[in-house]
Amino acid sequence: MAAAMPNPGPPDLAVEAGGSHLRLSGPWTLPRLDALLPRTAAARVAPGPVVVDAAALSALDTAGALLLLRTLRASGQPFEAHRIEGLREADAALLRLVATRLEPERPAREPHFAFREMLARIGGAVWRFIAQGREFLGFVGLTMATLAQVLVGRRRLRWTSTVFHMEQVGLDAVPIVALLTFLVGAVVAFVGATALRDFGAEVFTVELVSISFLREFGVLLTAILLAGRSGSAFTAQIGSMKSREELDAIQALGLDAIELLVIPRLIALLVMLPLLAFIAMLMGILGGGIVGVLALDITPGMFVSRLHEMTDISHFWVGMSKAPVFAFLIAAVGCLEGFKVEGSAESVGRHTTASVVQSIFLVIVFDAVFAMFFMELDI
Amino acid sequence: MSADREAVIEVEGLRNVFGRQVVHDGVDLRVFRGEVLGVIGGSGAGKSVMMRAILGLKRPDGGRIRMFGADTTHLEAEQRKPFERRFGLLFQDGALFSSLTVAENVKVPLNEYYDLPDDLQDELALLKIRLAGLPADAAHKYPSQLSGGMRKRAGLARALALDPEILFLDEPTSGLDPIGAAAFDDLIRTLTDALGLTVFLVTHDMDSLYNLCDRVAVLADGKVIVADTVDVVERHPHPWIRGCFQGPRGRGAALQQARTAPQPQGSH
Repeated sequence: MAAAMPNPGPPDLAVEAGGSHLRLSGPWTLPRLDALLPRTAAARVAPGPVVVDAAALSALDTAGALLLLRTLRASGQPFEAHRIEGLREADAALLRLVATRLEPERPAREPHFAFREMLARIGGAVWRFIAQGREFLGFVGLTMATLAQVLVGRRRLRWTSTVFHMEQVGLDAVPIVALLTFLVGAVVAFVGATALRDFGAEVFTVELVSISFLREFGVLLTAILLAGRSGSAFTAQIGSMKSREELDAIQALGLDAIELLVIPRLIALLVMLPLLAFIAMLMGILGGGIVGVLALDITPGMFVSRLHEMTDISHFWVGMSKAPVFAFLIAAVGCLEGFKVEGSAESVGRHTTASVVQSIFLVIVFDAVFAMFFMELDI
Repeated sequence: MSADREAVIEVEGLRNVFGRQVVHDGVDLRVFRGEVLGVIGGSGAGKSVMMRAILGLKRPDGGRIRMFGADTTHLEAEQRKPFERRFGLLFQDGALFSSLTVAENVKVPLNEYYDLPDDLQDELALLKIRLAGLPADAAHKYPSQLSGGMRKRAGLARALALDPEILFLDEPTSGLDPIGAAAFDDLIRTLTDALGLTVFLVTHDMDSLYNLCDRVAVLADGKVIVADTVDVVERHPHPWIRGCFQGPRGRGAALQQARTAPQPQGSH
């Protein structure tokens, strides 16, 4: 292949003898293809064998060969039927190779049926949703069974792993949970006070903050934060283990992945999420209280005594009762999505995203169910 | 080796240092147009580092690299572009873009450098895929749907997209079964002969050395100890070469080579 030809002219194609004689010249290579395209598009090749004169061809690469073969296609004859003259041996070998590997016809693009595809996509999405639900229920059952076996002592609890995850999930999350709920508490107090001021009922800000945080915000904010922080971490950890075949190694060694990987993470979340939710409640009320003191003329003493008198302890228990459920959901979704990872690093990323979206979705749905449940119970 | 052949890559006194570890200390190597050069060496001898230095993926700590007669040692990314379209590169596991189909992968370099009509692009991509020995229906598959051997072929198809003059292959047969590896060697040979490629092959595979390479360069002790035909290299007294070629794997490959009909050692 003479790529470094001195001063090559433009590539050209001349059609002679009514389309049965082609004369090629110049370099037929990829960089010069744009100059050649209009020439080949305009060329009218006669049906039947064609004589190709390539004596003036200075260079040929696979793109040029492809273009020549495309031009010859109009003749309706196979490549062997044509006579190629004056082609250097190296270029002839290239042309032969390209001719044998080229598909006889350009493959038709897949036809698009927009409406049918839309129906298929909707159907597929519904199926996936159902399959996902079944998978999740199956995984929850398996985890519950393993957890029960651990609790009755038929299986071992991995203490080291559990404590490690408690630190990662719980202790390390204290600053961000505390800061965030403090700020939200302050905002709720502000917004509430502005609305209540019109009725001269500013003092009810105390109940607004305390009830909303004890019942809802403390545990909900904590759960959403942990879904983003720990649920995703669970998926990424287990997922990268899966993609490196570590899970297969665990199975091959006769170990149980649920016992080894899921139970420690589950127990860590079950213990730490309620504790973090407790911190979140305190910090939210503190945030509301400080806003009350600084901006609303509610003294700290007034705030505390009103908290004692007006806010029933049942709100706290309602909030706390949700914490283990949320913890279980986040841990189960996070671990299950990790197990669903297949092969590539891209898959780890996709399932991590799915894990966060699903666990936040489930947490909020369950929170709504709880709200209705407690409303019916009049608690 | 004849001195009148055109050297497309010249490495002179290449030096590469990582921390206190000297990987290369005065590597000299020339790659001639149209040959298949195999580069071997123990693990950590710096085969891949040398390739990366030649490709400009790593800035060398000393020495000079010339490609097609021009000094490319200290070129900026933008100045490198005209050179980059003249070589193709196959990474160990193909390094295909996982979010694109095989055909789209092949079209990435085409789109980057040339403005071609869609149907020509499609056909060109399909041709490269078929040249790399893949069936046409692989074109619309994603890399994760392909086996390891097919991924390498798809990587090769992308490497061939711009009709390169030099093909860099980083351990193309590692991770392939013996039959797949032999088929891959045959494919490289066919393409090299028909497309007039120059091949820079980093390998561990003794069979590839005997069946595919016109010349073999041995990297050890931070230098190229010898670069010559495999017959000459296997008789070199250096202990690593003796261990490599006299060891069971080397002997097996040599034996197999002797058993099959004597192949013409390519010089073209």
